[in-house]
Amino acid sequence: MLEIRNLHAGIDGKQILKGVTLTINPGEVHAIMGPNGSGKSTLSAVLAGRDGYEVTAGEVIYQGKSLLEMAPEERAREGVFLAFQYPVEIPGVNSTYFLKAALNEVRKHHGLVELDAIEFLALVKDKMKALELREDFLKRPVNEGFSGGEKKKNEIFQMAVLEPKLAILDETDSGLDIDALKVVSAGVNRLRRADNAQLVITHYQRLLAYVIPDFVHVLCDGRIVRSGGKELALELEQRGYDWILSERNHTA
Amino acid sequence: MTPLIADSEVGETDPFLASFDTFEGEEMASSPPSWLRPFRKAGLSRFAELGFPTISDEDWRFTNVASISKLPFSPMGKTPSAGADRLSLDILPFSGVPVHRLVFVDGHFAKDLSRIGALPPGVVVTNLAAGLSDPSLELEKRLGKLTQDSKNAFGALNSAYFTDGGLVIIPPGTALGGAVHLCFVTTSSQAGASTNVRNLVHVGQGASGTVLESFTGLNPARTLTTCVNETWVESEAYLEHIRFQDETLESYHVGSLHYHLGSRSRCWAHSFSLGARLFRANIRATLAGEGLECILNGLYLTRAEQLADHHMVVDHTQPNGTSHEYFNGILDDRSRAVFHGRILVRQDAQKTDAKQTNKNLLLSDEATVDTKPQLEIYADDVKCTHGATTGHLDEDAIFYLRSRGIGLERARRMLMHAFAGEIIERVQNEPLRAVLDRIVRNRLEQNPHVKVEI
Repeated sequence: MLEIRNLHAGIDGKQILKGVTLTINPGEVHAIMGPNGSGKSTLSAVLAGRDGYEVTAGEVIYQGKSLLEMAPEERAREGVFLAFQYPVEIPGVNSTYFLKAALNEVRKHHGLVELDAIEFLALVKDKMKALELREDFLKRPVNEGFSGGEKKKNEIFQMAVLEPKLAILDETDSGLDIDALKVVSAGVNRLRRADNAQLVITHYQRLLAYVIPDFVHVLCDGRIVRSGGKELALELEQRGYDWILSERNHTA
Repeated sequence: MTPLIADSEVGETDPFLASFDTFEGEEMASSPPSWLRPFRKAGLSRFAELGFPTISDEDWRFTNVASISKLPFSPMGKTPSAGADRLSLDILPFSGVPVHRLVFVDGHFAKDLSRIGALPPGVVVTNLAAGLSDPSLELEKRLGKLTQDSKNAFGALNSAYFTDGGLVIIPPGTALGGAVHLCFVTTSSQAGASTNVRNLVHVGQGASGTVLESFTGLNPARTLTTCVNETWVESEAYLEHIRFQDETLESYHVGSLHYHLGSRSRCWAHSFSLGARLFRANIRATLAGEGLECILNGLYLTRAEQLADHHMVVDHTQPNGTSHEYFNGILDDRSRAVFHGRILVRQDAQKTDAKQTNKNLLLSDEATVDTKPQLEIYADDVKCTHGATTGHLDEDAIFYLRSRGIGLERARRMLMHAFAGEIIERVQNEPLRAVLDRIVRNRLEQNPHVKVEI
């Protein structure tokens, strides 16, 4: 599904990713963990196509196509979804209008007929309930005045509506209390299928207790320095990132 | 002519004074009320005394009206334009909304195009010229009462030359069923042709109503429109006043809007300015009673060489008053906007809640904004805030929309429309709001700068 090969990228002339290689197959959940400044956010930004990042080497193949050559909206239409660490407030843009427009762009891209307002509402109703979103939610402007938890739930709600092939969850657990974390995690887990994949980017192990990864990768200084199963996350939680860093320095 | 002209040092006003004899000669033929002649002459003399403002005048620092003063001024006289009866209603804005509609073509009431439906007892909705010839309305007690202290040359010019306008009187405790639309259209294609109109709106104690004014032009030319409004909203009354200006990009438009608000009244005044090469609104709100609410809400869209200038003074004289001003502008090309908002809170106006925001969205690097909020507070227990922002579309928001599959062009449009929507959604009258929304949306859709250059 996704193949990242020797990816080098940076911003403002500063090299941040220094050769990331990672393969994600359908049905898999991968977690990328790493300390602050290791390049986690840069990786998600480059995959989603945010402006300002420069890829200096390497490539990213998504479903047989070069992902980096696609505009952000094309990536989204092809099934890449980024759940933002800091979802943006967009005053004046109604949530229904926004999400219906997004869904119909995706449907159009796949040759499906666009949904009208009634069909759209029927589709989203249960998904809203599952994420414990209030009924007036769709009438409000996108993320405006939402609490931190509501914003994160909204990201997962959008994911549920758009049904991406590859979901990238960027620090989705940050700012969530334990109840909200459970709701959000359950939402993510419900979307897990044999034909899609999830990439969970997180600093802490906390989220991984609920969204169980098949693989855990540790990102340090722009490279994946260690990969393992879900037990690696627990080990990191107990021993901290210094453990990996010092081990690495030792072997180097 | 009277000697007052010789006293004027501003020679450029001469052509604006010289037309008066002819204008008045025609006027006299229709036997106007006796008090109107001195009223007009006083306006003329005031205009001569003030002269055109220059950029050394603080209130006009950013708006140079030299191009207006050089126009070959030709005020609309008594004779209606020849084309009036050939006009079709369809070309007028809001024509699909059922309202009491008074159409004015080149400053003259066009009876055949107008339609006034059934009105509650005592309500007066008519053209001002008709009202002036009805002594029972005692308009001499109203006309000019809110403008008499004004140092506004364009207002004075209007007093001398106004031809007609709207008259709306809603007696105490009466709800005006259905909105009134005062629809002004300029058809002249002659440079210097000047339409001077005047509206008088009186909402009696506990009464309510909605008044829409629209200004459009059919032929691009350097025409001048002046408009003076005197609006009273008496105690416990409610008025929604919507002003829509979409004249041609060659034209000049100066509006002087005077509001006088009584205790516990509510006045929601909206200004939408899309047209004119030079647009200036002088907004003066006198908050004369306790516990009232005054909302001044405006949107301007400018492109090419347009200039949109809103100059307002909100005068809190009594306690517990609320005034909010919200003005958003979307500027393109080399266009300019000026926003001057002065909030005056007098000593007696304790517990005033005054808020003012001016937000500008620049679509071009050459567009400029001069914004000047000004608080003048003499009471000690008040809540007053103001803020102004000028910037480009939010790149983070654009990326967010794109990351959900929405194309760049559509994302930009959505954000621009949202920015305009903040203002549009404050319009309370739903059918009128829907039309405004559609007009603004279409105008933004036409903007070539939304297109992606790849």
